[in-house]
Amino acid sequence: MGKIEDLETINGEGYQLTNLDKAIALARANSVWPLPFATSCCGIEFMATMGSAYDLSRFGMERMSFTPRQADLLIVAGTISKKLGPVLKRVYEQMAEPKWVLSVGACACSGGIFDTYSVLQGIDRIIPVDVYVPGCPPRPEQIIEGVMNIHELVKKESNRRRYSEEYKHLLGTYQIEIDQHGEAK
Amino acid sequence: MEKQNNQEYLTAVQAAFGADVLAHEEAFGMLNIEMTPSRIHDAIQWLQQHQDLSVNYLTNIAGVHYPEAVGREFAVVYQLHSWKNNLRLRIKGFLPKENLHIATITDLFAGANWMERETYDFFGIIFDGHPDLRRILNMDDMDYFPMRKEYVLEDATREDKDDRFFGRNNNEL
Amino acid sequence: MSQEIKDILQAADPANVATINFGPTHPSTHGIFQNILKVDGEKIISSEQTVGYIHRAFEKLAERRPYNQITPITDRLNYCSSPINNIGWEMTVEKLIGVDIPKRVQYMRVIIMELARIADHLICNSVIGVDAGALTSFFYPFSEREKIYELYEEMSGARLTTNMGRIGGFERDFTPVFHQKLQSFLKTFPKAFEEFDSMLARNRIFMDRTKGAGPISAERALSYSFSGPNLRAAGVDYDVRVMSPYSSYEDFDFIIPVGVNGDTYDRFMVRQEEIRQSLRIIEQAYKNLPEGDYKADLPDFYLPAKSDVYNNMEALIYHFKIVMGETELPVGEVYHAVEGGNGELGYYLISDGGRTPYRLQFRRPCFIYYQAYPEMIKGLPISDAVLTLSSINVIAGELDA
Repeated sequence: MGKIEDLETINGEGYQLTNLDKAIALARANSVWPLPFATSCCGIEFMATMGSAYDLSRFGMERMSFTPRQADLLIVAGTISKKLGPVLKRVYEQMAEPKWVLSVGACACSGGIFDTYSVLQGIDRIIPVDVYVPGCPPRPEQIIEGVMNIHELVKKESNRRRYSEEYKHLLGTYQIEIDQHGEAK
Repeated sequence: MEKQNNQEYLTAVQAAFGADVLAHEEAFGMLNIEMTPSRIHDAIQWLQQHQDLSVNYLTNIAGVHYPEAVGREFAVVYQLHSWKNNLRLRIKGFLPKENLHIATITDLFAGANWMERETYDFFGIIFDGHPDLRRILNMDDMDYFPMRKEYVLEDATREDKDDRFFGRNNNEL
Repeated sequence: MSQEIKDILQAADPANVATINFGPTHPSTHGIFQNILKVDGEKIISSEQTVGYIHRAFEKLAERRPYNQITPITDRLNYCSSPINNIGWEMTVEKLIGVDIPKRVQYMRVIIMELARIADHLICNSVIGVDAGALTSFFYPFSEREKIYELYEEMSGARLTTNMGRIGGFERDFTPVFHQKLQSFLKTFPKAFEEFDSMLARNRIFMDRTKGAGPISAERALSYSFSGPNLRAAGVDYDVRVMSPYSSYEDFDFIIPVGVNGDTYDRFMVRQEEIRQSLRIIEQAYKNLPEGDYKADLPDFYLPAKSDVYNNMEALIYHFKIVMGETELPVGEVYHAVEGGNGELGYYLISDGGRTPYRLQFRRPCFIYYQAYPEMIKGLPISDAVLTLSSINVIAGELDA
């Protein structure tokens, strides 16, 4: 689990030849630094995923970064209420490129069983999400599958994503403006 | 000194507060006393300082909304516990919706602070003398009191759930 | 407040006081709480809290759901020990309808509730270690908790938010696999727990960090309506299981551990000792588990077996009435309290005879004792405030409901 398939390389005596993109993708995917934005019950399942029975550190994700500046992956686990929405958006904007978002649990994906006046019905109302993990709470195996899907996305991603028009337009739909370096204003 | 029971509590409170004890009943073994709201603070203080009755623990403060009971729409329920006698009792005050004021008991129990803020946040009952009465669980800019019966559970601005399929018209509970 | 702290507060120069934000997203606020601190250097002068970042409107939600559908939302109150919340709610409804529960069900409930209490205290104590910098001591209890999760899965199908039990008992008896797993748990857990204990309890660094961090006196704790391990650490031996016993707790022999001055070290040690006492209770309950049915005879509330529903007209009608919520409930108000992982968890239920409660209020211990936090951290450095916050075990779901 967690083994990346071999890069296509041309092997020689003492050298290997491959694409820079693929080498960077390998490095990025195997050392994603997550920011666990754990609010409620899914946070405890996330802690269990971090524990030794369902080890997350075999994916290189043991270094939890609680500051958005150093994080690659924003893991939103738990219910996000309307009061917390601006906080979450601010955290997302503070993250440096490249960044991905994993939405863990039914409450983060769509509001879950709490169709009430105070709960935000899904975090994709305020930030763009890459992978959704359903469940209430999802088992650690499901969270790991979500993480592996993120790894697939990371491997295929272009280094120039942040400069593309598409990306700018996507963030524009969430009212997040980015400057010429792709960083949120 | 032997432990007091419900009947002894009731007699003592009635003797001390006379006409302000409006009603009483014993439900599921717990004594419920209804009093005029303006005297509840003094009653709780008297119970706290009383030698034998000695109510030393505030368990809970809850609000209830009865929209049909005209003149007594909002109830504030104080749940108290006396450890000496291992006895729980409830004191209720009913407030009309035009005059939602009742004295705070934060001077008697420090824990009443947030309990009263929560009751204010959900029902709009004003606790006179509270050091910091503002919303606690909901957003500060919310302009209505959500636990009142006339408001629906769901967010009013949602667009993905069609009320017709749930058998209700807009804003009908 | 001690003279030392009074001196600190007095000496604070207003020009030096900085306002900093502790939360809402912070590595050691486990859950989302915001505290705006005014600090002079490192010592805290005052703090102001904002809660409600995960307010999910349980009480309003409960007014819309029939009684058996409320059990899943009680799960999400104190999600570290959700069976206690579930069983507490079921006992409240049973008190309202006035039914006798068989002895076997009561003992089964005690076993499950004490397992939940162990799970809750293990998280809290390992997290105190994490916040003091000891990450290793986090992993050891978590692998023990996996065993408790497996036991929950045998009984209810879910690991964390268990929806355990039904009104009137359980949905199934203890399966043979459950018996086997519980026996092996009772054999292996004490040794693993003592290993965890040996890492922190007499550890020089841990003791230096936690002694004196966030003390509270017994009088102030009582005035703030504290309950549970936090109150017991301050020296008051109030435990709902002993004061108003429910579900046959009076049959078991266990002690209530108390602390001395209510600081973080005392809270840690009280929880450790409570884990040992919970193990004692489970052993006693399991050894003396009586024979009998795993549910009460309650056709109006307990779903009949599916084979009966398909063959028997009466069972079909009961099934229909229960699922559609057509059963009649008595009118009245009832309050029932259980000893949750954090203290006295109470359910105040007002029923008007309809299929959903008229008013259901949860008396949540975390909400009530968290208001004392500014008083507990006055005059302490920020690192002590961090440890105090994790040691009082504030669970966000129970705080905001």
